[in-house]
Amino acid sequence: MFAYYLELAIRSLRRSPGLTALMVLTIAFGVAASMTTYSVFRAVSGDPIPWKSAKLFVPQIDNWGPNGRGSDGEPPNAMDYNDAITLMRDHRAKLQSAMYQISPSIVPADASKHPINVSGHAVYSEFFPMLDVPFLYGSGWSADDDTQRAAVVVISSKLNQKLFGGSNSVGKTVNIEGKDYRVVGVLNDWNPQPRFFDVVNSGGFSTGVEDVFLPFQRAITVGIPNDGNTNCNAVPTESGFVGLQHSACVWIAYMAELDDTAAATAYKQYLDGYAHDLQQSGHFGWAPNNRLRDLPHWLDNQHVVPSDTKVSLLVALGLLLACLVNTAGLLLAKFLRRSSEIGVRRALGAPRLAIYAQFLTEASIIGLAGGVLGLMLTGVGVVSVGWVLPKDIAALARVDFSLLTLTLLVAVIATTLAGLYPTFRASRVQPAWQLKSN
Amino acid sequence: MTMHPILAALRKHKAGVVLISLQIALTLAIVCNAVFIIGQRVERVNRPTGLDENDLFLVTQQWVGAPSGDDPAGVEKLDVMQREDLAALRNLPDVASVAPSNSVPLLNSSWTGSLSLKPADTLGKGNPRTAYYFTDEQAMTTLGLHLVAGRAFNAGDVQHQGARDQRDRPVVIVTQALADKLFPQGNAVGKVIYSDGSAAPSTIIGVVARLQIPSTGSFGNDFAWYSTLVPTRLDASFARYVVRAKPGRRDAAMHAVPAALYAVNPMRVLDDDESVKSFADIRASAYRADVGMAILMGVVCLILLCVTAAGIVGLTSFWVGQRHRQIGVRRALGARKIDILHYFQIENLLIAGGGVVLGVLLAVGLNTWLMTHYEMTRIPLLYVVTGVLAMLAIGQAAVFVPARRASNVPPVEATRAA
Repeated sequence: MFAYYLELAIRSLRRSPGLTALMVLTIAFGVAASMTTYSVFRAVSGDPIPWKSAKLFVPQIDNWGPNGRGSDGEPPNAMDYNDAITLMRDHRAKLQSAMYQISPSIVPADASKHPINVSGHAVYSEFFPMLDVPFLYGSGWSADDDTQRAAVVVISSKLNQKLFGGSNSVGKTVNIEGKDYRVVGVLNDWNPQPRFFDVVNSGGFSTGVEDVFLPFQRAITVGIPNDGNTNCNAVPTESGFVGLQHSACVWIAYMAELDDTAAATAYKQYLDGYAHDLQQSGHFGWAPNNRLRDLPHWLDNQHVVPSDTKVSLLVALGLLLACLVNTAGLLLAKFLRRSSEIGVRRALGAPRLAIYAQFLTEASIIGLAGGVLGLMLTGVGVVSVGWVLPKDIAALARVDFSLLTLTLLVAVIATTLAGLYPTFRASRVQPAWQLKSN
Repeated sequence: MTMHPILAALRKHKAGVVLISLQIALTLAIVCNAVFIIGQRVERVNRPTGLDENDLFLVTQQWVGAPSGDDPAGVEKLDVMQREDLAALRNLPDVASVAPSNSVPLLNSSWTGSLSLKPADTLGKGNPRTAYYFTDEQAMTTLGLHLVAGRAFNAGDVQHQGARDQRDRPVVIVTQALADKLFPQGNAVGKVIYSDGSAAPSTIIGVVARLQIPSTGSFGNDFAWYSTLVPTRLDASFARYVVRAKPGRRDAAMHAVPAALYAVNPMRVLDDDESVKSFADIRASAYRADVGMAILMGVVCLILLCVTAAGIVGLTSFWVGQRHRQIGVRRALGARKIDILHYFQIENLLIAGGGVVLGVLLAVGLNTWLMTHYEMTRIPLLYVVTGVLAMLAIGQAAVFVPARRASNVPPVEATRAA
């Protein structure tokens, strides 16, 4: 039976090629526009570490008090040195790390080459197991290295390629800011987007690669300064990087792994207890106002997904809706033009259901054709956004199997839905009236 | 012509009329808001920075193994290195002038603070925010700033300090916008202000017409024109130099920079792509998101208008075909071709009219929703009115071809079977 409807549909579509082409093009453009913007939205709103994001938490401590809060009463979105160090020392989470962004120079062993600049983070040893960072060679450093302020470094595979030709460089030395560091690990490709462990300094998305990771206390001791945002509610009283460490300026990101709700509740109590103690001792002149958000809520709170991306998706969905209304109007015209044919079929005994099957088949064929054309246009669209959108965002949008499937599904389902009302009208055609008027 | 037959006919195919009106309404709502977004972005991108941007470029470089700048001896050493670089750049044949600066407009790397009229005032609390440019006596000519009152910096004004130090700033130059904010009565030159809650006074010695702050993000929207120039070289392990090339010699000057700086001191990071950047490139990357959004919205509008116009053509063509016989009857009864043409044109005007009424409501609704959820302002009436007129015009343009075909239906059709 379906083959018969298919044949009828194709014959009918061929009879009015202009109208058919118009409907197919409408669906194709509508679907392609929404799928292109969706591919960008999907890329920037994805969970960067889906298997663990619910266990990763970002604590915020209100060290500035009421005058430093935003209009929404939020505490600063980063930590000052004192709070970060205290939290690390107390070590209340299963795994945790304070971190700050660095941008040191590296002097190649080959003296004929100019020094290069790399970006990275100063972190604690627990950073690597906490974030399931993949290693190609070696591993992270030990907790002992943290306390010893050891001159060790974890480098990216890209930097390993550049400095050591991609060979296993564990045990070799790298000259960072004029001092030698022993390579303990080389990362496998690791470029999470957004840079969820430090969205405050990375701004969420980044075209660069994290090339070096140094022990936090080592970087502090040798005075590798922070290369990111520094926010102060008062001018530091002492100068230099050391003055920054003694100030209430916030510049350090912090992340903790808490495996269940009980652990999260206990950690929040610990944070509040810490702030309460500071209030008791007179350091804070205000009641605790801390936050502890898991990673998805944190990314949402920091508006990591650009609002332009959301607005674009919304506008493109509006376009799709307008295209569907257009298709519904055209299908209605097309179906009702065939009232006499429907009349004859009904008079010959075709039930309403058969009319439904026939016309919905026709609608879904238009949807399928629109979807196939829409696939190609989506491909063009995804390539084109690479030219017009900011590189850090556009680089993430890509066509893959799930996007292709979704494009086809959206096209077929949407067109079939658009065909529902016209089909309903077609099925109400009175056979007697049509036969008589002919 | 009376409206009655048109209305009666429209009632016959309600569903088609409703669908086409709905489509016109959706199109109007989306196009109005998209064009409004485009307008906002174009306005943002076109705001002048206050610089003479031609022939301007920025050098960002980092020394390797340099002193940290946290101790006085290190600061002095760094300052010597910086002055050597400045001298080398100023000696280049294609370079007109060079000034050190911690940032430039649109670079999105800024040092911000707040200015007050009282010493040791609390930050915030109604005091204007400002972005500081730490530079020297060549800033005015290099950046191409326009001095409207007072005097420019001279070599005697210029100090130097470690990049993270706090030092008194005896003299500053502010923008006209900032001067007006601080001293609404005017005459800012010679007046005293205090920066960042400090107790040390700074005297305003000059006022420049316009100078944008480095930040283009929403964070800087409130103080986009509140810049302060401080005659101080910042000494750190990295430095930025703003270079004005001789007219038309920018590319040649940019090309000569790396060799000149490596000759002074090879132990530095000078990345090919990022370290020597023309101001045109800085502008392009700062506004890439805005330009991209405007293009995206433009494409959506174009598709939407084409789809809607094509939809009107398709549906009207169908109605013309359906009413062939009735048109023949009217023609046989004495209606002229122009009457048939007008019939379809007025019919379309009625449908589009219904559509735009709903569309205006949807457009304002969508705008309101965007305002509550995103950074968006109220859509000006002009956009909506233009949108309404444009939709009606597109409707008329789209209906013309099928309507003319209808007007060419010969009266003899009346005698044929439908």
